[in-house]
Amino acid sequence: MPASIEFRGLSVDGILHDLDLRIGAGEAVAFIGRSGAGKTTSLRLINGLAVPSRGTLLIDGAAPRDFIPLRRRTGYIIQGSGLFPHRTVYENVATLPRLLRWDEPRIREEAERLLGRVGLPFQTFATRYPRSLSGGEQQRVGIARAIIARPEILLCDEPFGALDPIVRRELQEAFTAIREERNATIVFVTHDLAEAMRVAERVIVFDQGRIVADTAARELPRHDAPAVRALVAAASLPS
Amino acid sequence: MSANIARATGEHVMIVAIAVVIAIAIGVPLGVWAARRARAGGAALRLVDAIQTIPSLALFGFLIPIPFIGGIGMRTAIVALILYSLLPVVRNTVTGIRGVEPSVREAGVAMGFTPRQLLLEVELPLAMPSIVAGIRIATVTAIGVATIAAAIGGGGLGTLIFRGVAMVDTRLILAGALPAAALALIADAAMTVIERRLIR
Repeated sequence: MPASIEFRGLSVDGILHDLDLRIGAGEAVAFIGRSGAGKTTSLRLINGLAVPSRGTLLIDGAAPRDFIPLRRRTGYIIQGSGLFPHRTVYENVATLPRLLRWDEPRIREEAERLLGRVGLPFQTFATRYPRSLSGGEQQRVGIARAIIARPEILLCDEPFGALDPIVRRELQEAFTAIREERNATIVFVTHDLAEAMRVAERVIVFDQGRIVADTAARELPRHDAPAVRALVAAASLPS
Repeated sequence: MSANIARATGEHVMIVAIAVVIAIAIGVPLGVWAARRARAGGAALRLVDAIQTIPSLALFGFLIPIPFIGGIGMRTAIVALILYSLLPVVRNTVTGIRGVEPSVREAGVAMGFTPRQLLLEVELPLAMPSIVAGIRIATVTAIGVATIAAAIGGGGLGTLIFRGVAMVDTRLILAGALPAAALALIADAAMTVIERRLIR
């Protein structure tokens, strides 16, 4: 079951100023903005990696008291994948199910299916170590690892930022395909406007620690906030 | 003569093994602790650093009058060797743990690892090659320093060396020095193999 997320007057000193935001259960939202606008910090507030100096965070209407159980129900995909270098692809993907004490045949079955879904055949990739994979392959493993335990919330922090445009496009497609099958609330941080419109239906624009626009993804090119217009202008091709 | 060498070698191995095992038991947890606390950790490292700078013969001498751990004999020798072996173990544990990629650590935290699970499943395994390198340095150093333990009645191969020096008998000195050098080389080679296995 996807979870709802609510920010009530959340601030982080010097970074975020009094954010109010509600993300419904099952929504897919992109946080966009320039570097330093506060989008990553906002994302990290949701799983407790960043701590607010003021305000309240509500997950499914309640303030989380212990983040460890919440994190086990929250997938997290980051740039550079954060794979455990001492563990094989399979062991990486199996990490959270093992923490949750799934039985091994179930883990294996699910890992095999998911790795297949992200384009990494189990027989070829399961026993390999992350350092023998390309950046794109590592990120595919990162996606499988984040969603195997059927998270209620999926947080993505510029997951495809360091990849070449073609691999990036492939991964966006793999991501949206999986998104439809996994029923989770998604928050996706990116500074790529086209990516935001592809992976999310709602876009929140950050500027200098504040939310300056909150709009349907398809409306974004026509939005009149200056910060949005600057992003749209920067993203357009030369004529 | 060969029986003497064998007995002295056996003693030597035992003193070093006891000292290094205890140094690991103290040094690795101390290193883990020091890696997490910048200021207190720095102070702990400076302390083990300072112990290392005391000349070994003097350290043995300082320990003799201390009650419980001091006196003449093997126990004092082992205490001194533990103190010497601490530095490489602690320092390499700190280096290994601090060297874990922040994104890897964060992935573990974000997945819901408790601090203890993070340590056991991510930080220590990734720090292991560095820790083993520290243990290797500690062992090789201890094998050398242990020869001086004979000066305070600690036994081991140093007994033959000291006797050889007193009697100006080169054969006797070599009877102590060669096995000590061989032990150091064997320990170094064995630990290097373990280290290589850990770096996949």
